[in-house]
Formats: sequence, structure tokens, C-alpha cells
Amino acid sequence: MDQALDILLQTSFWVAAVRIASPLIFATMGELICERAGVLNLGIEGIMTVGAFAGWFTVYSGGDLWAGVLVAAIAGACFGLLHGTLTVPLGLSQHVVGIGITLFATSLTYFTYRLALPEVTTPPKIVPFQPLPIPGLSSIPILGEALFSQTPLTYLAFATVAIVAWMLYRTPIGLALRAAGENPAAVEAQGISVTGVRIGAVMVGSALMAVGGAFLTMSAFNSFFFEMINGRGWICIALVVFGSWRPGKALLGAILFAAFDAYQIRLQQLSGGVVPYQVFLMMPYALSILALILVARRATYPRALMIPYQKGER
Amino acid sequence: MTLPDAYVLRLSGITKRFGPLVANDAISFELKRGEVIALLGENGAGKTTLMNILFGHYVADEGTVEVMGKKLAPGDPRAALDAGVGMVHQHFTLAENMTVLENIALGTQSPWKIRLDRVAARRRIGKLSSDFGLALDPDATVASLSVGERQRVEILKALYRDARILILDEPTAVLTPSETDALFRTLKLLVAQGLSIIFISHKLHEVMAVSDRVLVLRAGRLAGERATEGSSRSELAALMVGQHVASPTVGEPKTGSVLLELKNVSTSGQGSSTRLDDVSLVLRAGEITGLAGVSGNGQATLAALIAGTLKPSSGQMAISGAQVADWTPRAALSRGIGRIPEDRHAVGTIGDMSVTENVISERYGTPRFSRRGFLDWRAARNFAEEIIRDYDVKCPSPEARIRLLSGGNMQKLILGRALDADPVIILANQPTRGLDVGAVAFVHRRLLEARERGAAILLISEDLEEVLTLSDRILVMSKGRLSSPSKRGERSIRELGELMAGQGEAA
Repeated sequence: MDQALDILLQTSFWVAAVRIASPLIFATMGELICERAGVLNLGIEGIMTVGAFAGWFTVYSGGDLWAGVLVAAIAGACFGLLHGTLTVPLGLSQHVVGIGITLFATSLTYFTYRLALPEVTTPPKIVPFQPLPIPGLSSIPILGEALFSQTPLTYLAFATVAIVAWMLYRTPIGLALRAAGENPAAVEAQGISVTGVRIGAVMVGSALMAVGGAFLTMSAFNSFFFEMINGRGWICIALVVFGSWRPGKALLGAILFAAFDAYQIRLQQLSGGVVPYQVFLMMPYALSILALILVARRATYPRALMIPYQKGER
Repeated sequence: MTLPDAYVLRLSGITKRFGPLVANDAISFELKRGEVIALLGENGAGKTTLMNILFGHYVADEGTVEVMGKKLAPGDPRAALDAGVGMVHQHFTLAENMTVLENIALGTQSPWKIRLDRVAARRRIGKLSSDFGLALDPDATVASLSVGERQRVEILKALYRDARILILDEPTAVLTPSETDALFRTLKLLVAQGLSIIFISHKLHEVMAVSDRVLVLRAGRLAGERATEGSSRSELAALMVGQHVASPTVGEPKTGSVLLELKNVSTSGQGSSTRLDDVSLVLRAGEITGLAGVSGNGQATLAALIAGTLKPSSGQMAISGAQVADWTPRAALSRGIGRIPEDRHAVGTIGDMSVTENVISERYGTPRFSRRGFLDWRAARNFAEEIIRDYDVKCPSPEARIRLLSGGNMQKLILGRALDADPVIILANQPTRGLDVGAVAFVHRRLLEARERGAAILLISEDLEEVLTLSDRILVMSKGRLSSPSKRGERSIRELGELMAGQGEAA
């Protein structure tokens, strides 16, 4: 029991938690932007796969790491444009389109991977982002080390939260975005195109999801393999709800979930095989459901979420 | 400064069709600076459609709109806003989880600004509020505001954008009398500043009170134009309805046996419903029993009890002298209770389903509409067409989604659905709320016919005039209790008012 608690005091545990949280933070912010504008983006899992491959492949083909991130974002935005076109002006079911995008994007990625690397059996590695300790801050015990000796992409993830929060609550465009998710008629009555706002939000959101995927290949596993997103996208959907559609709370949720995940890995090692390891694998998900029940029951969700808006209809 | 053109707005030949329905048929008119035009018409006459074209929500099939002598780009609210047209929609276009300031500032600053200028917005809102008597807290969320306050936000939204022409769509439909007075005062201030106003309404006395000129729309056409001064309410009413409306004649009741009896019924008052406290009620065949009262005093609870959606915590309920144990909505229907629900949008109909589906929704399981578990669509469609014909419902087709219908037509359809089964007991809850003169007369006539036929009718209404006109006996509900019944003309309006306020015997 003591050992189980000792884990919480290990620096390596917190470093791992922050690292595991980073891709979730990107993708959660992406989903949050989409949903705040009134569009549920279930393409997230597939778009993360696209980003993971696009970023990795850019670097593998000789590109710069940051070029990889940019390519991933652009690829994500393209799928966002597809999703947005189908769900916003055409008003198709957001569930069906989202699942379709996930299936399509995932298969297309695997297909492209096979086309590009037909002969390969073990996925090739790239030189990933390296940890960039921030002088001074990174020498603070535990917390400082956990937060400030990470790769630049993790810092970008945290910066994204601040930028998204500022954008949503402090800028005119954020105001329009939130209003589009609350009451699209209010947006139109003020002379703004609901379609424009929503498609823009889905594109930017999808770009962030793709960067979240790219984090996995460029800052964690260093190579691309099938099934690597492994449900992280779905977790992000839950994190948005957990965070009551607020960036700060969603960030907290991402870190909490990542901590559960990092914790169960260490607990597995402690148990020495007495308990089947699947039980530990299950733990973060079971705890997230519990957390959702406790936290998100009374959340005020965007009123127009999942409701298509068609101009000139009554 | 004099304007080159005395007219700030000119509509020429506006025509708009929704499928086979012609909502606006070649409508032309002009609006002068500082003028208040009233657009008068029944529900479904095309008033709102016309204004939605002017504001750019819809694109007209034919015709043009000119503002200050310049042609307005069709189908673009931004163009209308930029040209100085502001619209206060009947169903407010506000984001409820956002603040007053955010709702007003939405779309007024360049989207690429890195920071929303709240300070400037707050200053401007403050100035406009005090100039026009529109007191509001800019930081309150819209969800916490009353309906009257929300309307003020809508007006401020228009003024904030320097609107010169203000369109108000049925602005008083949701207001209390004192809020209406405040609105009229604000409108006077606006006109004094040189704004022009289009006031959409179907209430004659309001039109007479605020407008300079009245345009009457009927069935999508401009039926007439009158200067308010020198015209009369009856003249306008006749123009609006197309014929003279006679108020219903109510004969002596042919009172029969007791059809519905509630004995010492109380409810637990769980949830949001008002608790009923030891209520006893008797409905007799051939009589209209009117239930007056200020909304929220338990009328909704009583209606839910009779409709079967709520169970009493104590007391007995009987139909034609027989106790009913399983008082569910289905049991209520099958025992001959016809219901006209209070909220036709939320409870009375399913907006996205067709007229046909809605008219059979209470009885789709009966042999008339289903055979061996399959729906008989031909019978259903025939039934829908029958109601459309007999109850004079204006709708494009039985396949049309019911939410496309205007309130009056929707209510006629609900009325037809309820009355077609020849119910022995009719529960009419606010049957004429929000309806125009013609539709009100229609509903009243049908209810009186049902009374002649020998049905027992419970009329729940906040409109005291309606209760007084139709009811053979009147009850007043206050704080979940019922007053003793009084016969027609037995209690004065003042006595009824005291009962409604909770003074007098019921309290």
C-alpha cells in the first residue's frame, strides 16, 4: 500500500503524466472549439490518426520537425473542412458524418502508409522533439521538473489552452463562436454568417486534433504504427464534457486522466502479475466515467450543440 | 438636414412563396421618416414573412427593397443592418448563456481584433439605456432576465447599430400590461429622435395607440391602408378578417348530469407544479365552466390531473359517477376527454412531424387508423384533410411539418383533433392565447357548439373577458385553491379580481 502511494511522490510519474496529457490537451481543445460552435466532431479519432501520420511522414521524408507539425495541422484542417461542409451547410447528421470521417481518415492513412512504405515490417523511427528544460523553473522539485523539462510540443499544448481561452472569452471572434453554439439565429440576426463561423471552428479544431495526433509520433513513440491513437480521441470527447466546455477545466481533466493512466502503468508493475493487467488498463476509463458522473451532470452545454442551422428556414 | 427622399423605406412588389403557399403577394408600401406604421393582420397573413424578407432572413421570389433610396441586397441581414434596419424578432434571437453586453456587442467589432472592447461597448450601452429608458445590467446573463428585459436587449441591439428603421414583430405578445406601457413610452422617444418604426400586431387597441398609419394584410395581400386617425377599430377588424366578426351569442345552458367530479383532491406539489389543496370540482353536461386566475396558481396542475399526466396525492376523481383508478393520459382519452393543451408548441404538437401524423397522434392505435399493427395512412390522410377542411386550417398540405403552420392554424388543427372524437368532457386550457380575432371567434364558436351537443367543458383562461363571455359557471383559482362557483353574472369583475388576487373566501 505504501508503495502504491509512493508512486505519487515520484518525479518520473508526474513527468509521464504531463507527457501523456499533452496530446489529449491538443485534441480536447480542438473538440472544445468545435462543440462551442455547435458542432460535435466525432471525426476526432480519425483526424488524430491523420495528424500522427502526416507529422511523422514529413519528418521521415527529411522535413523539419516544426514543418511536420504544420503539415499535420493542415491535413487536419482539410478533414475539418470536409466535416464542416457536410454538417454545416448541408446539415447532415453530425454523428454519422463524424463516425464516417473517423473511418475514412483512418483507412486513408493506413492506405497511404502502405503505399509509401510497402516493404517495411517494423515501423521506422524518426528523431523526435527533445526535452527542452526551462532554466530555473525546471529545477523546482517534482512540479517544476514535471512541467518544465518537457518537449516544446508540450509547452505548445499548454500555450494552446491559454490561447483558446483568450480567444473564446476575450475576442470578437470567440464571441461569435460561442453565440453560434448557443443560438445561431442570434448570430445571423447580427449579420454574421453562421456557416462561416462553424466551418472555421471545425477546421481550426480539427487542426488541433491532428497536432495532438502528431504529438504521439513526434514526441512520444517516435514512429507511426496502426491503432496507435487507441481511443484517445474518444477520451477527449469525454474530457470536453468533464470540463463543462471550459478550456481550464478541460485541461485539468486531461491531466487527471493522464495521471490515472501513468499511475496504472506503475501499479501494474507493483502487483507482480497477481491481478490481471487488463484490470489496471481499465482503471483510467472507469475512473473517468465516475468523474463524469460527479462533475458533469449539471454542466450547461452549448444549447445549439448538434442542431444544424439552415438560413431562411422556419 | 433634409433627406433627399422623404421615404426611408420602399418595398415594391414583394412576393414570396413557400411551396404552393403564397405568403406574400405583390406587396408594396413606403415608410416615412419618423413615422410609425402598424402592420395589422391575422396569424398567417404574412406579416412576419414580409419583415423577414426586409431584414434579409428570406429572399423574396419577386420584388425589391429600397432603404434611403438605395436598393438592399436580398437575403443578407448584414446589408440590412448596415443600411440601418433593426429588427426585434418575436422569438428573441439571444444567446441565453451569454451576457447582455456580449449579445449586443456580437458582430459589431472587427472579428480580427485581438481583444473585444468591452469598455467602449459598456459605455455605449449605458448611454443608450439612459437616453431611451431601457434600464439593463450589461453583465447579467440573458437567461436570468424577464421577457420584458430580453425585449429591451433586442431593442438595444438595434439602437447600438444606429438603426434608423426599427421593426417590432408582435412585441407585446409576451409583455405584461405595465411592460407594454413602458415599451410604448420608449417607442415615442425613438420616434422623437427621427426613427421610423414598423409595428407588427394583431391587437387592434395597440395599433390604434401607437401608429400613424395602418397597413392591413390578409392572406398574403395588402388588404387596405388607413390613417390611424379617422379610422375605427371595427373598420380595421373588418379589413383584417375580410368580413364582419360577430361576437358569439351564448344561449341558456341545457344543463345535464355530472360528467366529471373531483372530490377533495390534493397534489404533492413535487417538481415545478403548484400544489393543489383540497380541490373539489364538478363539470356538468351542456355547461361551460370557466376557471379564471392569474397564471401559476395551480391551473396547470389541475389540467394535468384531468389529462392524466399527474396523479393526485389524495382525493377522488370520477367520470360519469364511476371512480377511475388508472387515470393515465390514455385512459383519459378513451373515456372521452378531449384536450386542448396550454402550450401548443411544446405539448400540443410535435413540430417536425407532419400535419397528418399530428392529427392521429392521440388515436393512432385505434381501429380507425391501424389494422393488425400497421398504420392505415389513407385513413389518416383523409382524417387530416377532413380537419383541414372543416376547421378552415390554412396549410400547404397534410404532409407539411406542423411547425410551418401559424399559431392560429395550429390551434384549429388541435381543436379539430380534440373535437372530432365527440368528447364528453373538454379540457380547454388557454384555447385562444396568442390568436387573432378571427381565430378566437372560431374557437369560441366551436366550443359553444360542443356545449350545445351536451359536452362538459372546462375553460381555463387568463383572459377574464373570455371567461366572462363563455362561462355558465365561473370558478377562480388562487394559490392552489378553488373558490366556490358562481353563476353567470353573479359576481362582479371586481369581486372576481379580488378572488384572483387571493383576497376573499378562497384564500
